[in-house]
Amino acid sequence: MKRHLFILAATTALSVVSVALPAGAETLRLLTWGGYASDEVIKAFEKEYSDIKVEVTLSNNEEMIAKLRATGGSGFDLAQPGFNRIKAAHVEFDIYKPLDLSKIETGRFDPIMFNRVVASTSIDGKVYAVPHLWGTSGIMVDKTKAPDLKDWLDLCDPKYKGRTSMRLARTILVGSAFAMGEDPYAAYGDLKKYQEIMSKVADRLIACKDNVKAYWRGGDDLSAMMLSGEAVASDTWDSTAYKIFAQNKNIVYVPPKSGAVGWIDSFALPRKGRADDAAYKWINFVTRPEIAALMGAKTGAVTAVKGGIDVMPADKKEAIKAAFTDADIANIKWAAVIQPGVEDIEGKTLERIKAATAK
Amino acid sequence: MKTRDADRLALILLLTPFVMWIGLLIVLPHAGVVLLSLREKVAPRMFEYGLGNYIAFLKEPIYLNTLMRTAVMSLLVTALALLVAFPVAFYIAKVARARSRAALLLLCLVPLWVSDLVRAFGWIVLLRETGIVSSALQALGLAAGPVELLYNDATVVVGLVYTVVLFMIVPLVSTLDGMDDSLIEAGFNLGGSRLTVLRRIVVPYAMPGIVSGSIIVFMLTAGSYLTPVLLGGKTSMWFTEQIYDQFITRFNWESGAAFGVSLLVFTSLVVWIGLRLTGQQLATTVARR
Repeated sequence: MKRHLFILAATTALSVVSVALPAGAETLRLLTWGGYASDEVIKAFEKEYSDIKVEVTLSNNEEMIAKLRATGGSGFDLAQPGFNRIKAAHVEFDIYKPLDLSKIETGRFDPIMFNRVVASTSIDGKVYAVPHLWGTSGIMVDKTKAPDLKDWLDLCDPKYKGRTSMRLARTILVGSAFAMGEDPYAAYGDLKKYQEIMSKVADRLIACKDNVKAYWRGGDDLSAMMLSGEAVASDTWDSTAYKIFAQNKNIVYVPPKSGAVGWIDSFALPRKGRADDAAYKWINFVTRPEIAALMGAKTGAVTAVKGGIDVMPADKKEAIKAAFTDADIANIKWAAVIQPGVEDIEGKTLERIKAATAK
Repeated sequence: MKTRDADRLALILLLTPFVMWIGLLIVLPHAGVVLLSLREKVAPRMFEYGLGNYIAFLKEPIYLNTLMRTAVMSLLVTALALLVAFPVAFYIAKVARARSRAALLLLCLVPLWVSDLVRAFGWIVLLRETGIVSSALQALGLAAGPVELLYNDATVVVGLVYTVVLFMIVPLVSTLDGMDDSLIEAGFNLGGSRLTVLRRIVVPYAMPGIVSGSIIVFMLTAGSYLTPVLLGGKTSMWFTEQIYDQFITRFNWESGAAFGVSLLVFTSLVVWIGLRLTGQQLATTVARR
C-alpha cells in the first residue's frame, strides 16, 4: 500500500509541477495506448504545426480513467479510451467535455464506426467521442499443435490440458458467455440478469482452471508463452496475434465461432484540457489516409476512416484477410456501453475465478 | 542568549525536512485514504459517510482469505529470510576480516541496484518451462521433460526472500558488530556447547537486530506487489493485488482505500502480536542504542 501511496503522491507532485510550468509553445498532452502516437507520426505532426509540442503518456483503459479521475479531468488534453467506457466513466466521475464536431473532419470516418461511437457516447444530446482505431479480441492458436480450436471455450478442451492461457479480464467473461449461447451485452441494462450470466460463466471458467497453464497479463507475457511453445492457444488481442504471426507463421488469429469481441478506441477531450485546438488538429491529422496507414502498420489495429483495411500495409492486410471472412466480420460482437454497476459484477466474478482452487 | 536562538534555529532547520517528509508524504496521504475509505457511494457523484466499505470487506470471504494468505506467506518469508540472513550476518560481522567486511556488505547490496521489476523478470527467465534451469536439468539428465518452476507459491516465497533478505542482513550485522568477542569466548570457557552459546549468548544479544529486521521484512513483504504478481500462479492472490484491482480496474477507490487501511491495521497488529509473543518491546529492541 505504501508503494501505491507513494506513486500517487509522486504523480500528484509531478502534475503540480507541470501545471506550474509556463507554457511557451503550445503543448498537446496525449493520454493514449502504446503505438498510437509513434515518433514518426509525432515528428510529421510537429513539422506541420511547428508551434505545437506533443507529449505522450502511455496507458490503458483502466488507468486512463483512474488518472483522469484523480485530477478531475486535468493534466491531459486528449485521451483515447475505448468508446464503450466513456459514458459510465463520465457520468460517475465528470472527466470529459463535449466535442465540437464542426471542428472535426467527420466526412473522413467510416460512417458505421462513426455512428456507432457517436450514438454510444452521447449524453444529453452532446457528443463526447469520435472513433480512431478498431480491432477485435479472439483466440490465437498454434495450428501445428492445436488445429481444432475454434471457439472461446475450446480453450477448456481437456486435450490441451495445461497448454492454454487466458487473461482474467472482461474479454474472456464476455466471450465465454457468447460461447455458452448467452448475450451478455443485451444484459448490461439488467444487472440481475447479467449477474446470473456471470455466475454461470464463473462456474464454467473455474472448472476450466486446471486446463489453463497460467493467466497472462500483458502482450509480452503472452508472446513469450506462445513463441516458446509453452502454450498452444490463448485468448488474445488481434494486434498481438498479428505481431506473433510475423515471427511464427504457424501461430494464427482465429475469430471465435460464436463471435470475436470488437473494440473501438476513441478520441475524447478531458474536462480540464487546455489545448483543445491542438487536440482537434491532432484528430484531423491522424485520420488522414496516409497517416492512418502509418498507424495501422505500427499497431496492427484498423483505423476508423473510410476503407480502413485497404490503407493497411500489405502484410497486415494479408493477416487480417487470412483471419477474417466477411461472415466473421459481420459476426463481430461490438462492445456495448458499460453501465454503472457492470464493472462491479465483472470484478467480483474475476476475483471468484482467481481465488477458486482448480478442480 | 544568542547561542540559544541559534540552537533553536538550527533545530528547526534540521527538523523541517523530516517534518515535511512525514507530514506531506506519510500523514497527509494516510489521512486522505482513511477519509476516502469512509465514503460510501449512493449514486453516481453522490457520497455518504459510513462504514459500508469495511463491512463489505469483512463480509466477503475472498478478501479475508487473501489477507490471511498474504499474512501467512509474509511470516514464512520473514522466518526464511532470518534463517538465511543470520549466518551471513554473523560471518560478515564476526568471522570476516575488517578489510573484506565492507566488500561483503557491498556484495549483498548489489542486487538492489537493479529494479524490482528487472529482478522479477530475471527469475522468470531462469524458472520458466523453457527457461535456463529447466533446460539445464534436462541436459544433465535429471529431468525427463520440461519442468515448470514458475507460477506457484514456492516461487513467490523464494522470489520474496531474495528481494528482502538484505533488509534482514543489515540490521543484524550492525547489532552483531557491537558484540564483544570475549562474550562468546567466556561462553565456551564456561563449558557451553556451540548450540548453547548461540542460543544463550549470540541470539539474545542480536535480538534488537532480529526484531527490527523482521519488522522491516514483514512489512515490505506484505506490501509488495510486483514479485507475487509476476511469479505467482493461477490461484496465488496477494492482498496488494486486490487493492490495485479495486483502485484501477473497478474504479472503486472507496473500497480500495478501505482495503489499504485494513492492510495497515492488520500488519501492525501482527507485528504487535509478534512482539508480545516473543516478549520483546520496541523500546528495548529497535529503539535501543
